[in-house]
Amino acid sequence: MIEFHQVFKRYEGGHEALKGVSFALQSGEMAFLTGHSGAGKSTLLKLIALMERPTRGQVILDGQNISKAKDRHIPLHRRKIGMIFQDHRLLYDRTVFDNVALPLIIAGVAERDIPKRVRAALDKVGLLNKEKQLPIQLSGGEQQRVGIARAVVNKPPLLLADEPTGNLDPELSAEIMSLFEQFNQVGVSVLIASHDLGLIARLKHPVITLKDGRTIRNDLTEEVVA
Amino acid sequence: MAGASKQATTHKISIFDRFAMGLKLHRKNAVTCLLQILKHPANSLLTIMVLAIALALPGIFYIVTNNAKALSGDWDSSMAMSLYLEKSANENKARELVADLLESAEYKSVSLMTKEEALEEFKQNSGQANALEMLEENPLPMVITIVPGDENISPELLQNRAAELEANPLVEFAILDTQWILRYQEILKVSEKIGSFISLLLAIGVLLIVGNTIRLAILNRREEIQVIKLVGATDAFIRRPFLYTGFWYGLIAGLIAALMISILSNLIGSSASRLAELYQSSYQLLGLSGTQVLALIGIGALLGLVGAWISVRKHLKEIQPT
Repeated sequence: MIEFHQVFKRYEGGHEALKGVSFALQSGEMAFLTGHSGAGKSTLLKLIALMERPTRGQVILDGQNISKAKDRHIPLHRRKIGMIFQDHRLLYDRTVFDNVALPLIIAGVAERDIPKRVRAALDKVGLLNKEKQLPIQLSGGEQQRVGIARAVVNKPPLLLADEPTGNLDPELSAEIMSLFEQFNQVGVSVLIASHDLGLIARLKHPVITLKDGRTIRNDLTEEVVA
Repeated sequence: MAGASKQATTHKISIFDRFAMGLKLHRKNAVTCLLQILKHPANSLLTIMVLAIALALPGIFYIVTNNAKALSGDWDSSMAMSLYLEKSANENKARELVADLLESAEYKSVSLMTKEEALEEFKQNSGQANALEMLEENPLPMVITIVPGDENISPELLQNRAAELEANPLVEFAILDTQWILRYQEILKVSEKIGSFISLLLAIGVLLIVGNTIRLAILNRREEIQVIKLVGATDAFIRRPFLYTGFWYGLIAGLIAALMISILSNLIGSSASRLAELYQSSYQLLGLSGTQVLALIGIGALLGLVGAWISVRKHLKEIQPT
């Protein structure tokens, strides 16, 4: 699904966030990305979502070297990735339903199909009865689940999550993680950046650990197995 | 990106659906943007009024020059030439000249005013009869008034005729009634040029105002745009509501400008025709025709759209998700 080959990322101003990272996440695999803040976790996720471009090396998604993708192809690229953020990134002036419907509207899904699919996604995260509420009326954990529903509503083959449990208590964190596992079980590839080492240790998934932009632990292979 | 098209098949969307959805989105965007403006008029009222004034000014200028042109058009048909004869000229010779002039089909009427008639007219019109009686002899010359047969004769041609006639030893000088019309028309041409230039400046002003309003709208929705970009929205998708907002701003401003102009021309119209009556003229003020009103609204909408386009092009690129 994802391959990194000797990826370097140097930001303007000289900060080197990634210094030669290589790993491969197989299609349908679920893995954790850990490391202290500033180790390069967010940068790595941003490279996959084409929010940043690598300075050197190759980022390959689905056999395509996306580092060379043209700007106008970025939207199509992002539609293949469901992204979840620590701060949810919801639209706070729109209802839960409208938030989840957004990727479908953007992708041009026929209007008659939208309610069915939005409700299916909300059902999976257990928020079917909250579709008419505004995000602000929901708890932090519920808001995060709205974010997850939005990420999966278009059935992307890959989910990326940046500290999805960062602001949640352990019980809610475990719930969120089990949601990700459910999606993984139906074939979605999942990569979760988290520094919640306790939680990660309990869940038996491969781990990549970054330190100062280098991989210090890599349970994954370095090549995608065909 | 072959990968993209391969992946897109995971959740198939037919071309027809895409097209139908695209149309629906356009309609939805158009309606929601209009409703947003109408629901919160306070937010946009100021901008729209400034735009309306900027659009109304060239319109008013157009009406003024148009009327001024129409007025001078009326005068063109009353062009005439007066030949002032030498004081020593003999009346019989003058009558011969009149007969000669009448023979050429070029003139509609040629009439002679004798010294006595001239004196009589002067007495009646000036109220200075007593002053003239003190003079021993009549100081007024004979005058031949010539009206050209062709009403649309060009002022230049008439000027040439006048010069020819001045060569006649009987004629002291020829005066064209049209000379001041010519000057008037030149002034009109100059002011029309100034008007077009000012209109151009105001059009640029409209572009800048709409552009700036849209810029603020974009900045206000910065976070929303970032989120929408993250979920895979194309630039066209993000651009659309802003373009519609600019379009509606321009269109509504055009409507208000047309309204302003029609109120103004109605206000002025009645007093203008009263003024015309005093001059024994049935002149009617020309307002904007239906087509011109539509053109004004259309120009407003187009300027709004273009202003929004320029702004969106410049500012959407700057907003990238972080």
